[in-house]
Amino acid sequence: MAHVAFFTIAAIAVASALGLILRPNAIHGALFLVVNLGSVAALYLMLGAEFLAAAQVIVYAGAIMVLFVFAIMVLIPGKEESGPDTHRGARLLAAPVGGLLLLLLIFVVVGRWSVPRGPEGPSGSAGAVGRLLFTSYLFPFELTSVLLLAAMVGVLLLARRRAG
Amino acid sequence: MVPESYYVVLSAILFSIGVVGVVIRRNPLVIFMSIELMLNASNLALVAFGQRFGNLDGQAVVFFVMAVAAAEVAVGLAIIVTIFRVRRRLSVDDLSVMRW
Repeated sequence: MAHVAFFTIAAIAVASALGLILRPNAIHGALFLVVNLGSVAALYLMLGAEFLAAAQVIVYAGAIMVLFVFAIMVLIPGKEESGPDTHRGARLLAAPVGGLLLLLLIFVVVGRWSVPRGPEGPSGSAGAVGRLLFTSYLFPFELTSVLLLAAMVGVLLLARRRAG
Repeated sequence: MVPESYYVVLSAILFSIGVVGVVIRRNPLVIFMSIELMLNASNLALVAFGQRFGNLDGQAVVFFVMAVAAAEVAVGLAIIVTIFRVRRRLSVDDLSVMRW
């Protein structure tokens, strides 16, 4: 049963990722990416990471994708990527190189999959992850807030219209 | 119970698709979305490994990756908007310099 659910969700994730990189329209790509992020959130749930599944839906599929859709709507006047492709040969080479990379990753990770199992998987509830974030990872957590503030100031500076 | 290695293989597949997307597309927004795909694939691998080894540190790292990705997207989109304002067209092939 779990296998059926996994393979269904995995097929949706791979298909939507392919849709993202193959459809010429950027807004279709953004919607495919939302589907992909949602299916990965479902996989988090299957792995017992409930807090991350919720954060994935809220932060990625919510906030980040809204930003993307806004940027696409503001920037893309009709069709994009028009005009002759001057690097077509190099781009066609991407498919075999990507396949090679995939084989390499699978070989490295699965070929050495002999590590002993740890103890029974912990619960990824908000309480457990939060306790970890506010004890062992307190300093990086505070640094993250500084990073977000810096990003916010930087974006305001970049997106401001120059006077005159 | 699905073995964790399945999740890692799926993560490798998604990561490779993201790499190919970065290479074959000319629209910087789609390239950005492919980078998000790669970050997401690595997050999935982190959670799967954390589950395998029975600790929560992988999930804490994923949380930080999400926060950094949010900051990165905001800054990156601001840069793209600024470039578009100056150049009036959007293709990575003519963006070889950051200053003009």
